[in-house]
Amino acid sequence: MTAETRLLQGNAACAEGALAAGCRFFAGYPITPATEIAEHLARELPPRDGVFIQMEDEIASMGAVIGASWAGAMAMTATSGPGMSLMQENIGYAVSTETPCVVVDVQRGGPSTGIPAVPSQSDMVQAARGSHGDYEIVALAPSSAQEMFDLTVRAFDLAERLRTPVLLLADAAVGHMREIVEIPATVVCTPRRVATADGNGAPRFLDEQVAPMPLFGHGLKAHVTGSCHDEAGMRNVVDAEALDHYVRRLSGKIRHARDDLMDVRSGDTEDAEVILIGWGGVGRAAQAIATRAREAGQAVGWIRPITVWPFADTELAALCQDAKRVLVLENNLGQMLPYVQAAVGRRSEVDGLPPRILGTLHRPEDVLQAVAA
Amino acid sequence: MTTSTQHPMGKYLRPGAEATTFCPGCGDGVIAHSVLRAIDDDGADMDDFVFVCGIGCAGWIPSPYFHADTLHTTHGRPLAFATGVKLARPQAGVIVISGDGDLSAIGGNHLIHAARRDLDLTVICVNNRIYGMTGGQVAPTTPEGVGTVTTPYGAEGRPFDLCRLVEAAGATYVSRWTTAQPRFITRSVKRALTHEGFAFIEVMSQCPVHFGKLSGEGSAVRMHEIMQDQSVPLRQAASLSPGQLQDKWVVGELVGATTGGER
Repeated sequence: MTAETRLLQGNAACAEGALAAGCRFFAGYPITPATEIAEHLARELPPRDGVFIQMEDEIASMGAVIGASWAGAMAMTATSGPGMSLMQENIGYAVSTETPCVVVDVQRGGPSTGIPAVPSQSDMVQAARGSHGDYEIVALAPSSAQEMFDLTVRAFDLAERLRTPVLLLADAAVGHMREIVEIPATVVCTPRRVATADGNGAPRFLDEQVAPMPLFGHGLKAHVTGSCHDEAGMRNVVDAEALDHYVRRLSGKIRHARDDLMDVRSGDTEDAEVILIGWGGVGRAAQAIATRAREAGQAVGWIRPITVWPFADTELAALCQDAKRVLVLENNLGQMLPYVQAAVGRRSEVDGLPPRILGTLHRPEDVLQAVAA
Repeated sequence: MTTSTQHPMGKYLRPGAEATTFCPGCGDGVIAHSVLRAIDDDGADMDDFVFVCGIGCAGWIPSPYFHADTLHTTHGRPLAFATGVKLARPQAGVIVISGDGDLSAIGGNHLIHAARRDLDLTVICVNNRIYGMTGGQVAPTTPEGVGTVTTPYGAEGRPFDLCRLVEAAGATYVSRWTTAQPRFITRSVKRALTHEGFAFIEVMSQCPVHFGKLSGEGSAVRMHEIMQDQSVPLRQAASLSPGQLQDKWVVGELVGATTGGER
């Protein structure tokens, strides 16, 4: 049931989604094109007894978010590429220590300082592989202001259920567009499961079924470390077997929840000869262009993965099994492309298609020309 | 049997983690004891605290040894994490224990900003003037000329005066001690825990295995003797010239003293 309909900027919708989900802590650092999220929450958190703090950099922002999460708060930060690079260190820590939190990356053009307000999708691989070590990440890609709201809520829900950082991979186009957003009357977010003192050795970490969190301030004497550790959280930095267990369990937790995580939207794929795949805002273009081709009598379908990580390889393979060609539309030079090729390339010809000018929208005529080629 | 050999602070140690990894002669044990004694003297409950530490030998004082909520963070970042803990749970006493390299080199930016914010944190900076855990590399606190494994021809540049640094950045309680003054450390920790604001306690500590060997200061005992010679109590320091204070450590409550009780 819709309680309210508002005209919102994508970044404001993200902030409203966070508040609706129960976020009560934000730490961040100013950066275009994500700053509106911080500005919105700087205004809206204190009246809700929440905390907003602007830290000295993005490293500290991510550290404060993790500290707040262990102190019991639903916490998040928002940034863009250069800040994401700095956050990678502590994103890895959040993965290791199984700290629920939400990280929003409103992507802009890189590499390096790049170009601040021009949309890009060039952090897709960094999102999953930016921190060192072997790990699995969860990342969702919104395509509209509405999804900035909805997927922020879902990101918090998944973060709490899986006790892991969840990334929202937005971009400057989605973050800055203004659209009608329907705010639901009630937003349900899974409450955090907290360990109990009489746990009798029940796992506090490294449980593929997700261990309840030994939050601070409950007399649980939690030991939290980003070093290799066991189910009790105790450090073991000498045994390779301990490392093997630590890595496998952390990744196994996300893999175990895979079916629950996957969200892949699609249309007209059953009899499609050509399928357009796009994610985030570009996914809307893929859908619109496929629909236009369909109206012109061409057998074109579309797929929009909302769950970017874990990668939807089996879902894409099933949807593309009868397609002759697959075109991967991305606002980059081909980041999701090799993953799609690995998933469906044995059956279908798979090509990447960036916009004619990186940072701009895909022009329908360019895509239709590629479809016809 | 066990009660007769129980250390008076043993009740605060995490069961199963009693055997320390500290090198022979390390100052970390004295600091651990001094901090726990402050909590014991106050009759405080370990569950009212969150201990936060970074990477390095000093980070291993609370983690895993203190039987309390402990957040062992990434290298250099304990103050950033502690800021989040304190803001989200203001009723918790948040104590950061970490080394000079962690807090003032890789974490230097967080240190000055935490001091500037004057958030209610207690920071115990263990300054051994060297990177111990990684094997004796130069630190921002290493005295000029000391040959370390990464400055084989002698350390260049002046070492940080960490107390003056955090004072300038806005810390409202600052003190410096050596591991030869455990009672003063304890008294200062108690003072810091009641201080509302950013409290910084620097403890000059010996690392005989690395600093002692590289500097020629030698064993832990010899290093303690040198520490005592090198320390100047705050009241004495007032009557000494800058030249006389060169290479000395002014010890005492440097900012925010209420008792004037430093010797």
